[in-house]
Amino acid sequence: MLDDTDRRILRHFQADPALGTAELAERAGVTQATCWRRLERMQARGILTGQQAVIDWQALGYAVEVSLRITLDKTVTRAFDDFLEAAREIPEVLEIQTFLGRVDLRLSVIARDMAHYQQLYRTRILTLPHIADIEALMHVARIKSDEVLPV
Amino acid sequence: MSTLSLTDLDETDRAILRALAADATLSAGALGRRLGLSQPAAWRRIKRLQEAGAIKGRRLVLDHAKLGFGVTVFLGVKLATKGRVSLEDFERAVTAIPEVQTVEHILGLYDYRLRVVARDISDFERVLRRRIMTLPGVGDVEANVLLSEERRPGPL
Repeated sequence: MLDDTDRRILRHFQADPALGTAELAERAGVTQATCWRRLERMQARGILTGQQAVIDWQALGYAVEVSLRITLDKTVTRAFDDFLEAAREIPEVLEIQTFLGRVDLRLSVIARDMAHYQQLYRTRILTLPHIADIEALMHVARIKSDEVLPV
Repeated sequence: MSTLSLTDLDETDRAILRALAADATLSAGALGRRLGLSQPAAWRRIKRLQEAGAIKGRRLVLDHAKLGFGVTVFLGVKLATKGRVSLEDFERAVTAIPEVQTVEHILGLYDYRLRVVARDISDFERVLRRRIMTLPGVGDVEANVLLSEERRPGPL
């Protein structure tokens, strides 16, 4: 579905999404018209669906990031739906993932400091419905975070 | 770089961050129109937010399935030989694996969390065996296959 030119453009674009079409074309070794046309086609096909700014929560004063691995009580029919609905109501929850594996769900939660985290954990997290087990992993550092796809 | 905290941001700044987190291609003019600001006023605010480091960068939103990546797996990795193999060696090697999208150093049950993409489960098995299990110092590895993912706007 993608040819080598598309892939080359995508590789360079992923490496630096702030590039304009002219510079992207130059790095990918194609003409601007080709570059523009290829990007347009990938958008039309729903391959490239947008661009998002990445917020630096640390810079905004959120020093603590915790990954909560959660197992749900699956004897309850609506366990997943109830849990997800309630988790979406917590502003400090940045990511909600569901899994096939040893844990059912993961929440990525940010807090200003440990006291704030403690308060969130007690008043918002532990009160979420149908939790059977919960494990917390404290985030130390992000080593790689570009989320580039090896196209 | 000036420091900024959420409490220094007014409602307009927050609205700008929310809008750019959804669509980073919005121009200062378009943002201004949406929020009732002049183009220069919107531009000044965006610049201030960027200079304060509130915006780290941009990310392309790509359809993984359409690009042939059918499987995303989160791996919890425990190092077997802490102290003998330096964390730097592990980090350097794991960062170089193209299928590894993110590497986070964590405290708790595991030492690292990796986000790995693969074409399908057998491709994932290849990555796991040839690339992950051969990393310097690697110990216990736990895999959880991603079924669904939501990114939330966060406390803005």
